[in-house]
Amino acid sequence: MPKLSQEAVQKINFTLNGDAETGLAEPRMLLSDFLRNVMGVTGCHVGCEHGVCGACTVQIDGKVQRSCLTLAVQVEGRRVDTVESLAGRENELTDLQQAFKTHHGLQCGYCTPGILMSASEYLQQNPNPTEEEVRDMLSGHLCRCTGYAGIVNAIMATAKQRQENKS
Amino acid sequence: MKPRKFDLVRAETTAEALAALSEAGGEAKIFAGGQSLMAMMNLRLLDPSVLIDISQTAELSYIKEVGDKLEIGAATTQVELLSWPGLADRLPLLHQAIPHLGHFQTRNRGTICGSLAHSDPSSELPLCLATLGGEVVLKSTRGERVLSAADFQLGMMTTARTDDELIVAARYPFKKPGEGFAFTEVAQRRGDFAIVAVAAVANGNTTRLGVGGVADKPTVKSWTNLADENLDEELNALAWELKGSDDIHATARYRREMVRRLGRRVIEEANSCRS
Ligand SMILES: Cc1cc2nc3c(=O)[nH]c(=O)nc-3n(C[C@@H](O)[C@H](O)[C@H](O)COP(=O)(O)OP(=O)(O)OC[C@H]3O[C@@H](n4cnc5c(N)ncnc54)[C@H](O)[C@@H]3O)c2cc1C
Ligand code: FES
Ligand code: FES
Repeated sequence: MPKLSQEAVQKINFTLNGDAETGLAEPRMLLSDFLRNVMGVTGCHVGCEHGVCGACTVQIDGKVQRSCLTLAVQVEGRRVDTVESLAGRENELTDLQQAFKTHHGLQCGYCTPGILMSASEYLQQNPNPTEEEVRDMLSGHLCRCTGYAGIVNAIMATAKQRQENKS
Repeated sequence: MKPRKFDLVRAETTAEALAALSEAGGEAKIFAGGQSLMAMMNLRLLDPSVLIDISQTAELSYIKEVGDKLEIGAATTQVELLSWPGLADRLPLLHQAIPHLGHFQTRNRGTICGSLAHSDPSSELPLCLATLGGEVVLKSTRGERVLSAADFQLGMMTTARTDDELIVAARYPFKKPGEGFAFTEVAQRRGDFAIVAVAAVANGNTTRLGVGGVADKPTVKSWTNLADENLDEELNALAWELKGSDDIHATARYRREMVRRLGRRVIEEANSCRS
């Protein structure tokens, strides 16, 4: 049975934003700190460090979760996607990111990466949500600037546009 | 904040998790979804010297029918149960309650058994287990035992689980013909812990009401042939019996009023949707 000693630095092999990567962490290192301080992926923001604010939300194997409640060593062999995975290499925004810009879905931007990761998974599962459903999904994120209206509008507009593009 | 140092055991099988628990002699904590555990460790409220990670233990990730109950393994997440196709028809109470449990983002990780182990008096899943009369399966290197919700839930974040035991599964009884169910809660915000949560089951003769967030554990009251004209009086008596107290979220008086009002609402709703 694999037992990792508290002092031992582990080598973590995983896929980060589509690329195979390796980083070092001891068991107590949080995934949020690992992503930011070891891997240099600073789009993963840290707010409360106890699961409440949602700033640190990333996708692990396609499912959004709190990186502050995850240990770095737990992503061994898995796929992690942060906000950096959304825009293309030429810094082209995704439709969702563009909608946040258009609808004033952000001000300071601290909450934005987490919300973008949540909304990307959520719209895949529920491509045609009601406003109430979007607000329910957003209850897992705190935004101190926008009052949420712009965020809701951006997500609703993206869903609508995607539906129109399909038909 | 960050957690203190700990050794980490990645259990590949149930047997490995049980061996590690036994060896640690009370110093270990199970890491299921981490949604309560890691928050408490980051806040330094908990300081285990060993963590046993069962989140990737394939053997513990399943949902299966066992007789008249649905059995849910210890690594199965809340979102996995919510997506189980039969949930709305066969376990309507859970179908109504789970969307109140945290958020989309925390349900992706949090487990059913982890919530039962954590046993917060405001939690939805322990309340549903108590109201439906479900049970938990506990295992250690010494053997296995099955406890009813009433025997398992002892008080504020306290269960009958001993330090070397793993909750390997939870069992929730399916809906029987003629039963109706209803759940509701008041919370500060969608997804927050409930200030008061209520769950009702009605089958025409008996009415069962479970209340969370008031006493130190979910409390269930049953009535036979409860007439509507007696309901307010019965709910008032229950509201006082639960001996809720003031805290930062609400006064005891507010909680009593919620038991009376929400209690009536779910009992009426459970009766009206019997099928
Ligand atoms: C922002 C936020 C909001 C939340 N809102 C709610 C809410 O409204 N209602 C609610 O009920 N919960 C809420 N929670 C907590 C909920 O998400 C957790 O899922 C749940 O309490 C614990 O489940 P877990 O799998 O994450 O367990 P963990 O956090 O991994 O473990 C919790 C405790 O149980 C023990 N444990 C876990 N599994 C087992 C097992 N199989 N056998 C023995 N011991 C075990 C652990 O050692 C630990 O002590 C919230 C959490 C967050 C972060
Ligand atoms: S930093 Fe992780 S939820 Fe706030
Ligand atoms: S834009 Fe500032 S916190 Fe949301």
